[in-house]
Amino acid sequence: MKIFGKNEKSSRQTAKERLQVVLIHDRARISPELMEHLRDDIIRVISNYMEINRKDMELSLANDENSVALVANIPVNRLKHGGV
Amino acid sequence: MSEVIVITSGKGGVGKTTTTANLGAGLAIAGKRVALIDVDTGLRNLDLLLGLENRIMYDLIDVTEGRQPYKKALVKHKKFSSLYLLPTSQVKDKSAVRPEQLIKLCEEMRPEFDYILIDCPAGIEQGFATAIAAADCAIVVTMPEISAVRDADKIIGELGRADKNNIKLIVNRIRPQMVEKGDMLDMEDINDLLSIECIGQVPDDELVIKATNDGKPVITMEKSMAGQAYRNIVRRIFGEQVPFMTFPKEGFFGRLKKAFGL
Ligand SMILES: Nc1ncnc2c1ncn2[C@@H]1O[C@H](COP(=O)(O)OP(=O)(O)OP(=O)(O)O)[C@@H](O)[C@H]1O
Ligand SMILES: [Mg+2]
Repeated sequence: MKIFGKNEKSSRQTAKERLQVVLIHDRARISPELMEHLRDDIIRVISNYMEINRKDMELSLANDENSVALVANIPVNRLKHGGV
Repeated sequence: MSEVIVITSGKGGVGKTTTTANLGAGLAIAGKRVALIDVDTGLRNLDLLLGLENRIMYDLIDVTEGRQPYKKALVKHKKFSSLYLLPTSQVKDKSAVRPEQLIKLCEEMRPEFDYILIDCPAGIEQGFATAIAAADCAIVVTMPEISAVRDADKIIGELGRADKNNIKLIVNRIRPQMVEKGDMLDMEDINDLLSIECIGQVPDDELVIKATNDGKPVITMEKSMAGQAYRNIVRRIFGEQVPFMTFPKEGFFGRLKKAFGL
């Protein structure tokens, strides 16, 4: 155990880590149009491999405290023949 | 071939006007024909930093409204004969100049100048859209401070949305002793965070304030660290590879320890 508490993170490191997180959140504020484009692109790519239910597809950005995730829920109707 | 460069930031007061004045002077000292356009409508400052406040006859709005040709509104610098200022108006309305007006003006000015630097207002309102409209590239000024870096990221996003993808970064007011102690972000940290190429790091320097008092850009002060940083940036604008300055890393005690082999 350190008596003089020199083990603490430097304030520079704290600033950097906080910024890393906040910038991810700031940048994740994607416009609805961009989200629409992303959705169309994903559908196009996945449709090469399987038939999907576009109507019930869900696509969103999930924020939690330390990260941002792109979450997609895409119901598959059936796989294409000759796939894989 | 002329280049139009907008000097912008997210957060206010980080050093846009100081940067514009110094790079303008530096480019002019290098023999380039330079025009500075102050677009921070209602908050005229660039004239003061250059010591030109008593020579203004007409302003940007006189030009964009067609009341005067731009050549009549330009103020020629006393000392740097190829440096000109197009001062902003003191009226308050930030939307007084429209983006298309500034584009037209810059098109008209391009043949006469090697560099046109545009001093942008802080923030992302109409004034920002006008200031960036004519630019070929942007210099984003920030400070090693958490909110200034965050706001810089916002502005970089806005520039991208406006299809301005040639962006460079200047980190202003670095305090080497604080960086050394681990109490301040350094240029590399900010580079990492923003993923934008850095063309300069300018130390916090009392001489900047003195220079402002005198209306003489600090870049002309031989002994100033900030002046040296600006001189380096000018060379980088010309495409030279200039190593980043290393600040005296150790304080007095560090040197003392070394002297005694501790
Ligand atoms: N490297 C530096 N060292 C010391 N002081 C500085 C430095 N750079 C800028 N300053 C000081 O910081 C203040 C703000 O600078 P400046 O006016 O250039 O910022 P700005 O971004 O143009 O502000 P605004 O957003 O209001 O237009 C001024 O008082 C200036 O002298
Ligand atoms: Mg300013």
